[in-house]
Amino acid sequence: MAIPMPVTTPVATARNAAQRPTLLSRLDEFGRELWQDKLGTLGFAVIVALLLMAILAPLLAPYDPAAQSVISRLKPPAWLPKGSWEHILGTDHLGRDVLSRVIYGARASLLVGVLVVLFAGSFGVVLGLWAGFRGGRTDSIIMRIVDVQVAFPGLLLILLVISVIGPSMATMIIVLVVTNWMVYARVVRGIVLSVRQTPYVEAAEMIGCKTSRVIFRHILPNLTSPLLTLGILEFTNIVLAEAALSFLGLGVQPPATSWGLDVANGRDYIFVAWWLITFPGLSIATTVLAVNLFASWVRVTTDPQEREKRFAYQRAKLAARRARRSPQAQSSEAKSQGGRS
Amino acid sequence: MLNPVPAQPPAPPLLSVQGLDVTYETGAQGFWGRPKAFKALEDISFDLHPGETLGLVGESGSGKTTTGRAVLRRITASAGKIVFQGKDITHTKGEALRKLRRNMQLVFQDPYASLNPRMRVIDLVAEPLLVHGLIRHVDEARDRITELLRIVGLPADAHDRFPHAFSGGQRQRIGIARALALQPEFIVADEPVSALDVSVRAQVVNLMQDLQRELGLSYLFIAHDLSVVRHISHRVAILYAGRMVEIADRDDLYDHPIHPYTEALLSAVPVPDPRTQRQRKRIVYGGEIPDLVNPPAGCRFSTRCPLATEQCHKEAPKLSERSAGHLVACWNR
Amino acid sequence: MSVSANSTGTPLLEVEKLKVEFDTRRGLVQGLRGVTLSIGRGETLGVVGESGSGKSVTAQAVMGLIDLPGRIASGDIRWKGRSLLGSDGERYARDIRGKEVAMVFQDPMTSLNPVLKIGTQIGEVLERHLGMTRAQARNRAEELLAAVGISAPGRRLDQYPHEFSGGMRQRVMIAMAIACEPELLIADEPTTALDVTIQAQILELLAELQQSLGLSVVLITHDLGVVAGLCHRVAVMYAGQIIETGLAEDVFERPAHPYTQGLLRSTPRLDEVSDRLVSIEGTPPNLVTPPEGCSFQQRCPLSGEACRKAPKLEHIRPDAEAACWRPSVPAWATPLMSPTFP
Repeated sequence: MAIPMPVTTPVATARNAAQRPTLLSRLDEFGRELWQDKLGTLGFAVIVALLLMAILAPLLAPYDPAAQSVISRLKPPAWLPKGSWEHILGTDHLGRDVLSRVIYGARASLLVGVLVVLFAGSFGVVLGLWAGFRGGRTDSIIMRIVDVQVAFPGLLLILLVISVIGPSMATMIIVLVVTNWMVYARVVRGIVLSVRQTPYVEAAEMIGCKTSRVIFRHILPNLTSPLLTLGILEFTNIVLAEAALSFLGLGVQPPATSWGLDVANGRDYIFVAWWLITFPGLSIATTVLAVNLFASWVRVTTDPQEREKRFAYQRAKLAARRARRSPQAQSSEAKSQGGRS
Repeated sequence: MLNPVPAQPPAPPLLSVQGLDVTYETGAQGFWGRPKAFKALEDISFDLHPGETLGLVGESGSGKTTTGRAVLRRITASAGKIVFQGKDITHTKGEALRKLRRNMQLVFQDPYASLNPRMRVIDLVAEPLLVHGLIRHVDEARDRITELLRIVGLPADAHDRFPHAFSGGQRQRIGIARALALQPEFIVADEPVSALDVSVRAQVVNLMQDLQRELGLSYLFIAHDLSVVRHISHRVAILYAGRMVEIADRDDLYDHPIHPYTEALLSAVPVPDPRTQRQRKRIVYGGEIPDLVNPPAGCRFSTRCPLATEQCHKEAPKLSERSAGHLVACWNR
Repeated sequence: MSVSANSTGTPLLEVEKLKVEFDTRRGLVQGLRGVTLSIGRGETLGVVGESGSGKSVTAQAVMGLIDLPGRIASGDIRWKGRSLLGSDGERYARDIRGKEVAMVFQDPMTSLNPVLKIGTQIGEVLERHLGMTRAQARNRAEELLAAVGISAPGRRLDQYPHEFSGGMRQRVMIAMAIACEPELLIADEPTTALDVTIQAQILELLAELQQSLGLSVVLITHDLGVVAGLCHRVAVMYAGQIIETGLAEDVFERPAHPYTQGLLRSTPRLDEVSDRLVSIEGTPPNLVTPPEGCSFQQRCPLSGEACRKAPKLEHIRPDAEAACWRPSVPAWATPLMSPTFP
């Protein structure tokens, strides 16, 4: 259903001009909207906390994550019998502090996630733009490469490359970039193809804009919001992939830490020391969940129609709550609403 | 009488289109099949004189939009010749084509979709000047843009606002200001008022007429609304399924249509007057516009025409002159 | 009561002081600001207005299509004297919508399911509302297609919507709308997306059906010409209100409200050549903060002190009403010169 938008009168437009949104006021508006969405806020808060944890790891962690201590092996978390507050989440089979390892482990996960999304994203966007804009043969060649790579099992490729080059953080990042760029290329190409048909892009060509200007000034800005959502969601995939590779021993190498690596190490002690796999595992799950919650808020916010619906829904909920609180207001509203039924 | 501005026939035409064909390719038939081609336009010819408005009327699939785009060299002609200001521009390419844009501009149908929502009004209107190197920075053009906005009837403080702050009519004015920025002599207006509300249409139509009188512009006015076309045009051409069926001076065409399709088209337009409308004789032909991929042989209107004879189904009639400047493509009229 | 029905007894549909609001991020948009109208049996009412005037919102409210962010704030809608609002009303409304009141939309492609055959889609309506068997439904669907002028209806039943042209699809939509033999057909811009010659065919069809089935029709359009040919009565809407209503001949020949006058004078006519069109300057008001008093005052050449107070729809002749303090005064005597070139 079409929502009749307020038609702007000269007076109204003059006011609009005066209130042209500054960056600060827009951030404020977004903040307020995020606050309305409790799950989104929660997701955002967890993401910020994780980022702080990763950045400030040396300040937060009580111990060096690699420091071993044979005396205090396999200590349970503090709240269990035999646990001690020296190691809040207990220790592992080498006597390393689990809390410290979880805190440091965030670094590997987030760093790999961010870098892979950035590199794979840039690569995919460039190829997608090129394919979408040039069309014809360029387009078919690039998109066939994408198809072939999507069809090829990613994990197999990763195992192949890593077994040849040898595992390391850098190798893992490169390998993940190589296996994850295709989705960006596809999305970008699709958007470019549809935006190219819009009259304002035709208008740009008609007034004599050069191709580069058409791409960068008129087409590229349309990609920001879909790419933002895609990037955030892809980030969770990469976090999971990093955990999986490290679990298999193909990613982060000891003595460095990573949640996936810790889960792998704790696997042998699952029946004697459940906390070894539980806390890193929970960290992975929490990260993925938080990012997804935030991403779904971002998706709605960047879609004007969905955003309008969410706004109305929240207003209606608010009104209902207010009506429940004051029965007087409710009865007067019912009178006006019911008419003469 | 201010309008219509009388055209001056003796001057050489600003634009001359001769035997224009446009061929489109549709998707391949099956995986290995060859793409199928169909003619969206066939044998279109007309002249446009300086200061004149030629109305181009047709229903969907008639090729009127394609004609406008082909004349502007957005779409490549597969045959025929386009002469603009005495130069053959049928095969102009690259930088020369980009330069050509300074003299011919397009006003779009949809004032909402044709303005980049992320650009301010000043950026939109100054962009043509910028990309043709007439200014280096948008701010240099501030006074010029103010003048342009005044000419199209927008408030001077419109500069820094974004298109969404404007109504449909105002956006169309922004689109016209952008088209005028390079001071072109020729403007193709592709359904410029059909997306606008009735009360706003008149504003834009009046504006276009004022601009023509003041700046000596020539318009190719593409529309499906025959009432608006009658109001604004000096001459009118009727297209049907990719071919021109009739072209004549405005009053000649509206008062004495010759082609059966023109006749039916005119009778189908409702008049906002109940008494007149109820008395008008409506000619309603059944059937639909033919599929251009498999067009009927001969005259394209022959599938719906009550006068169609053997000859009409076999051979396409050519435009022939019936009286001064009145050309019709029909075997039977 | 405005737009009174000609026939005696209760009118078929009554809309009373209807207010619809849209809660948007830009503020509360007052989509309808107290609309009152009624339609009698066998009558054709044309509702004319520009985009945002509330003409489509009125139809959507009647059909129960107001979704978030919109809501009916106050007023009433009655079908044969019974309210369609409130919890009782909504149950009643479910029974009559689609059956006794049917609607045809502007864009037939979006209202037809692209993956179902036309026959299946019409059959579904018949099976659901009239409890027909599949075979009965198919026969009836064939009859309906024939009734709306589709040739070879038996064969067409097994085709998909994309195999129909725009005009044919609109015929299918009309066939679906009349499938349950409704008493009222609401047509929201039914010909706007169609070509002129096809538009003429569809309007002719509507007129025929109205005659043969004794339908009441509400025709919502921005095109004054379409109304002129088909409608007995006309209601002109502006900024969420009805500002003038009366018999079609009267409204077109003696428009009382300055807006109606301007609308008629600003529309070029096929049968006339004018020097210059009347141009109503400005734009309709912002419905978040509608002006105090008459909503047309900023654009009206006649506006004065009195217009600060909102005029009510009042009888100016026995069968005509207008919401104006100075009705029937010629407002647009001379075509305005454009302010551009003084």
